[in-house]
Amino acid sequence: MATQTERRTDIGPPHYSQFLHPIIKENYGKWKYHETLKPGVLMHVGETGTIYSVRAASARLITISFVRFMAGLADKYADGYLRFTSRNNIEFLLANKDNIEPLIKELADNGIPVGGTNNAISNVVHTQGWVHCHSSATDASGLVKVIMDDLFEYFGSMKLPNKLRIAVACCLNMCGAVHCSDIAVLGVHRTLPRIDHSTLGNLCEIPTTVASCPNNAIKPTTIEGKTTVKVDEDKCMYCGNCYTVCPAMPLADPLNDGISIWVGGKISNARTEPMFTKLAIPYIPNNPPRWPEVTSAIRNIVEIYVKNAKPYERVGEWINRIGWAKFFDLTGIEFTKYHIDDFRHAGTTYKRSVQNRY
Amino acid sequence: MSDDLKIPLLDELEKGPWPSFVKDLKTLAPKKPMVRDLLRQLEKSYQDKRGYWKHGGLVGVLGYGGGVIGRYSALPDEFPGVSHFHTIRVHQPSGWFYTSEALNELMDIWDAHGSGLLNMHGSTGDLVFLGTVTDELEPTFRDLTARDWDLGGSGSDLRTPSCCVGPARCENACYDTLELVDNLAHRFQDELHRPMFNYKFKIKAAGCPNDCVAAIARSDFGIIGIWKDNIQVDQAAVAEYVDSGFNVKEFVVDNCPTGCMSLEGKELKIDDSNCVKCMHCINLMSKALSVGKERGAALVMGAKAPIVEGALLGSVIIPFMEIEEPFEEMHDLLERIFEFWDEYGKARERIGECIERIGLASFLEQIELEPLPQMVTQPRDNPYIFYEEYYEEE
Repeated sequence: MATQTERRTDIGPPHYSQFLHPIIKENYGKWKYHETLKPGVLMHVGETGTIYSVRAASARLITISFVRFMAGLADKYADGYLRFTSRNNIEFLLANKDNIEPLIKELADNGIPVGGTNNAISNVVHTQGWVHCHSSATDASGLVKVIMDDLFEYFGSMKLPNKLRIAVACCLNMCGAVHCSDIAVLGVHRTLPRIDHSTLGNLCEIPTTVASCPNNAIKPTTIEGKTTVKVDEDKCMYCGNCYTVCPAMPLADPLNDGISIWVGGKISNARTEPMFTKLAIPYIPNNPPRWPEVTSAIRNIVEIYVKNAKPYERVGEWINRIGWAKFFDLTGIEFTKYHIDDFRHAGTTYKRSVQNRY
Repeated sequence: MSDDLKIPLLDELEKGPWPSFVKDLKTLAPKKPMVRDLLRQLEKSYQDKRGYWKHGGLVGVLGYGGGVIGRYSALPDEFPGVSHFHTIRVHQPSGWFYTSEALNELMDIWDAHGSGLLNMHGSTGDLVFLGTVTDELEPTFRDLTARDWDLGGSGSDLRTPSCCVGPARCENACYDTLELVDNLAHRFQDELHRPMFNYKFKIKAAGCPNDCVAAIARSDFGIIGIWKDNIQVDQAAVAEYVDSGFNVKEFVVDNCPTGCMSLEGKELKIDDSNCVKCMHCINLMSKALSVGKERGAALVMGAKAPIVEGALLGSVIIPFMEIEEPFEEMHDLLERIFEFWDEYGKARERIGECIERIGLASFLEQIELEPLPQMVTQPRDNPYIFYEEYYEEE
């Protein structure tokens, strides 16, 4: 037997102060202003010093080799200091301005672009998808790769009306919380759970399963002497909540799973209040590995936005100014019965005036 | 060797200018059978258009109920390398700051015990180690804690709190987001590691109304920095913006949501009593404008994604509060909220849904907060009032 050492638990995260660059420590809470020197390069000026941040793109699914490489670049150019953003970008924190261009060059030589600041498309936040999740209706890493390949020009430039935030979630659980993004890509199931009546009674707690459904579509039943559940097909909206509590009710359906596209959400309070995304395209079939129908649909929305929005308007602000009818008209996206809400509070989205643009 | 790694569909994702996860993963495949089989299983998903992971599984480290998510391949015979492919959530430092030394140390631990795949970071904020087997969980945990790292939350517990870059590198920070989040994480270790809530509970701390961590959309309890007094204006710097050709009138003044500012010559006039602290002008004129001096935060509660009853944005429960060490007021408030939720919440009901069910007014009463007009967009427009006070005949 190996000797037992004391088992440490409940220690919490290490204190962040040990990871801060000395210039950041000195100017903590004492920053005066910042400027964007070029796409992906920020300069923060504090009372006693200046720090330069170089923002590099990264896939969200990465390897130890990639992180070690980035740590090596931090050693070479940034005194070993770096951080990650809430959108999975890597920021090298440089004291020496002369290191900016050599760092950008070495990143570029290794296929890593710099950008994502101000009026750009920053990195796409996303979920695990087919790489690691049991309830996904699509892949996430692959979708993000093809979307950003297509919109690459907008990462390294700042020519959009305002920032444009894209998020991908591979099912309605939305671990990626795409419900407030400028453009959201959401994996959807479209058919009933495939109930395994032979195992459900053993694997799942029936009352919990029944209670999990937000539409009361699930009822207990007995089939061939076995306790199980049935699903009212008129009430099921394929949310997958039952599957979360009951493994015997999977939703995966290769023929019918796919992608929906949502637009016009925002988080920040700048100018207008935070907004949810709204449905633009109810369904696009899964077409891996490069989902061409999804990338062209997003490019269309982005290009119409760029052409029509005023400076500093976010996608949702632009649509609110011109009206949804005009949005569907300009983008050529078909408006269908699926665009009209029928869940909780649906009535609040019905038009209750005759103010319309003709 | 991996010369028999045939993944033609995934190979297509090596093309194009954006960083390719396939290219990155392939570098590890020769020495990590887990990565090799992950790519092979993913290729099959791309062929068949469906995932091949089983539904969860209860695994963890001794004494913790959260921090590890069990994952098993649905096709273990075909892809034995990923028959177990558990996730370990490592509690990130506030603001996601690292040194190369710390990162290399973490990568050595993960190289020794797992697939070598990870996310920097997951949606909640943790550093996510993707893919290891049950037998490696305790050894990974031992090596992490030996180096002062701990696990984050998962399941129905306090999820790992996260924050924006805050005063570490932002002039807009209205309070110390990094210190607050570090403090709360340590204060509520038991709630974080041992799931005993009705459902998950997420805390996010944003230093200003730009909300770079999406506290308003993604946290059950969001702390969003705000100030009460006037925007600080450097008129000389305003004049420099005007002289530089930047269109202050069109881009800044005309975009003010309340019309509380005007440009007179090269001077910017602001009626601060009518300013809603939206940040637009400060964002565009960083050199000339800054947040006020009387700083604190607004507290919002109840945000969540759609599951179960539909998505919610956070709503204001405290319009302004000072956020100062040792944060005791915040601890007390959170304890009252946890107590309320324990008594009134239902299983798998997020606190936002619970507040909607019982009503914001009742919730405020239970956690001992006064109702204020800043908490609503308008007073009720229906007359179905639950009166509680009435006169009785003497």
